[in-house]
Amino acid sequence: MDFIFNIEGGDFTNAGFASSEVKKILKKLNVDPKITRRVVVALYEAEVNVVAHAYRGVIHVDIDTDHIGIVLDDEGPGISSIEQAMQEGFSTASPKVREMGFGAGMGLPNISKNADVLNITSEVGKGTKVEIITYLKPQ
Amino acid sequence: MDIHAILKLLNGTLVAGQLDNTTGFENAFASDLMSDVLTVDADNTLLITGLANIQTIRTAEMSDIECIIVARNKRATEEMIELANHSHICIIETPFSVFRVAGLLFQYGLKPLY
Repeated sequence: MDFIFNIEGGDFTNAGFASSEVKKILKKLNVDPKITRRVVVALYEAEVNVVAHAYRGVIHVDIDTDHIGIVLDDEGPGISSIEQAMQEGFSTASPKVREMGFGAGMGLPNISKNADVLNITSEVGKGTKVEIITYLKPQ
Repeated sequence: MDIHAILKLLNGTLVAGQLDNTTGFENAFASDLMSDVLTVDADNTLLITGLANIQTIRTAEMSDIECIIVARNKRATEEMIELANHSHICIIETPFSVFRVAGLLFQYGLKPLY
């Protein structure tokens, strides 16, 4: 099953809409609530990152029998050092993002903690691609 | 601990969700930092916060938190209330500070998560 969602940069009113829809879908499919929580927490952090940092983005969700694969592809400033961005506490978030309760440098570490596989590629001035895979059964 | 007991203890007002919510809350977590809330991995948890915006509700939804206590007379917006009702999340407004709410709930027996 495949789903696609569009994200607008700076649109904090709708940030989390895609994550909410994915949660509803996983609930309907009777996915284990603990796994659902991991998937949607990782997705929500990634979705907020796109809203906070990029101009726009697309989320592709692929629900398979043994895993859930999510790819967030954005057009934006990109990440100059992924290694630095992965460090807890590192953040380039704006005051607006901090007002919303984010921007403390916990987003990418939270995604990493909740993903079985996390791949991030980025090109400065072009955008960032985040791939999150969660297995439905122990590997 | 049920919604009725929480409302009484905190001099609170239920502005979203149902009074007949039967969840027995066991844990509480206080934070204005939503990424911190997203680290919570426990059921039957209350969120105590001073942050009243739409992402507070989204964060609770992703973390399976069914009740948010908005402290120190902060008001939930109409869009927060609408989303909370849609997501079956209770919002309680209280005049008490985050510190006082946490103290009262701890005294009542709710457990901290960290």
